[in-house]
Amino acid sequence: MSTSVTTLTGNRGLQVEEKLIFEQDQPGRTAVDLPAVEPYLDRLGGLRRRGAIGLPGLSEPQVVRHYTRLSQKNYGIDTGFYPLGSCTMKHNPRLNEKMARLPGLADIHPFQPESTVQGALKLMHQLAHWLKTLTGMPAVALSPAAGAHGELCGVMAIRAALEARGETRTKVLCPESAHGTNPATAALVGFEVESIPATADGRVDMAALKARLGPDVAAFMVTNPNTCGLFERDIIEISQAVHDAGAYVYMDGANYNAIVGRVRVADLGVDAMHINLHKTFSTPHGGGGPGSGPTVLSAALAPYAPVPYVVEQADGSFHLVEQVLEATASGQQPFGRMKGYHGQFGVFVRALSYMMAMGRDGLFQASGDAVLNANYLLARLSAALSPSFDGPVMHEALFDDRFLKDTGVTTLDFAKAMIDEGFHPMTMYFPLVVHGALLMEPTETESRESLDAFIEAVLGLAERAKAGDAEAFQQAPRLTPRRRLDETAAARRPVLRWTPSVE
Amino acid sequence: MTTLYYTEDHEWIAVDGDVATVGITAYAAGQLGDVVFVEVPDDGKSVSKGKEAAVVESVKAASDVYAPVSGTVIEGNQALVDNPALVNEAPEGDGWFFRMTLSDIGELSGLMDKTAYEALIAAAG
Repeated sequence: MSTSVTTLTGNRGLQVEEKLIFEQDQPGRTAVDLPAVEPYLDRLGGLRRRGAIGLPGLSEPQVVRHYTRLSQKNYGIDTGFYPLGSCTMKHNPRLNEKMARLPGLADIHPFQPESTVQGALKLMHQLAHWLKTLTGMPAVALSPAAGAHGELCGVMAIRAALEARGETRTKVLCPESAHGTNPATAALVGFEVESIPATADGRVDMAALKARLGPDVAAFMVTNPNTCGLFERDIIEISQAVHDAGAYVYMDGANYNAIVGRVRVADLGVDAMHINLHKTFSTPHGGGGPGSGPTVLSAALAPYAPVPYVVEQADGSFHLVEQVLEATASGQQPFGRMKGYHGQFGVFVRALSYMMAMGRDGLFQASGDAVLNANYLLARLSAALSPSFDGPVMHEALFDDRFLKDTGVTTLDFAKAMIDEGFHPMTMYFPLVVHGALLMEPTETESRESLDAFIEAVLGLAERAKAGDAEAFQQAPRLTPRRRLDETAAARRPVLRWTPSVE
Repeated sequence: MTTLYYTEDHEWIAVDGDVATVGITAYAAGQLGDVVFVEVPDDGKSVSKGKEAAVVESVKAASDVYAPVSGTVIEGNQALVDNPALVNEAPEGDGWFFRMTLSDIGELSGLMDKTAYEALIAAAG
């Protein structure tokens, strides 16, 4: 296909070049017919608005086309394969959406009397029950709004537990391959962060960890499976050593999809773990969110779980404990509250809908299929690409840029070429423990055909790179509404809002 | 008389008497790619050897810049804050991060000279 076609309009076939909505403004044009305002006396005095409020004037069909065209420029999990590593971009079942739109769940308000929202509270109670059962943990805080917020909840519970013990511990340890949110969370709570090196096979260096543990260490934060897609096989020994030193184990649950239904994290000695409902439990992700990051807590941390939480009362009704004072009266010692109201209730509905549709056997099969798909990618791509560590892997496959050595093609160029081939690129340049990382997570919801199409595209591109066609990569993407964006200029001189041109 | 030392974390430190200038090496700047954001320490901040002293962020990654030795910051390079591209243009010149006084000159003995540093990055490939 030629890429040099120019058209009179700038449109490319039915892909329409769309102006910003403000650039389509026709003053006086409107999509609504408001009744004329009768003369009235306001009490705003000198604060009365004098100028126009700056909304663009468009008709309804213009507005509909504008947003439809923008949506057509988007790429999402509903469009195609989205192999972004460590993100678990799985299909969002439509059943979840149907449940979330039931009037009794969608059309309620957080301030309604409890007696009128018993079903919603029961749903939260059941979701908590599923999460506690799957992880083997005695408590869960549902309210954290996303993964990193869940980390914050876990680390604040750890700080509260240390304070209750009357101890001051200042350090949190994280492996080199950690998600950036782990050290950021620890620093936000006031801890100093130290990093623990990895072994040659991509796992936590047990000897280095043991050597660093001591009375100043509050917690060890570990992602398992880790961001190299590898299970930390020493996790039980790690937990033992951390506990022996009087510290707590925080497990980042971002990669929980690889083990859900198969491993109870309580059996690994974990004290706190967040669960990304928008990853493992199939609720919308990214721009389609919001996310939700419930945090499960061990017996040692459970007393410090934040409010609110739902309790089932003796008469079978459900009650939301919202105040710290009410919680302390029943023997809890909440460290406080993470978020207004109940948490991301709409996401709770979707996650529980997924769990109930899948059942225990379905969740068991899903994590197995996710791992199988990742190993299928690894097996078929290993000869042409350069896998960073020996498999088998868990839910994702990590490659580095050794296969591109001396080709003139970078990981970034390779990712851009994937876009022309019709795929969202894999995660690039993360984790930082390997050079020029390409991290691919297929999830269990991709079919064999979808994986094969992706694999053929990657193999074809790898062959083209090795054949010396670097220019084709450096030009990519060629077929997108915009070509290679100047990310450096965008970061150094961002234009964050539209301003009217002066005529 | 200025003496140049290097760290395993790819910082350079140019020492003149008890005052030193610190930056990141050309190799580090090349690995980071286009730098888009820099945070330098305030005057008077005390830094300790091997601990974070500044922040550098590129289109690829965000990293800490560590203090090669302990001491007190006497000046952060404000030009870098306004124009982070200086890190790529002149990493071992105008792209310096901060100047500091040294609290223990003995700490310098653990650092590398230019030959040893070049051998380190040659080994890294």
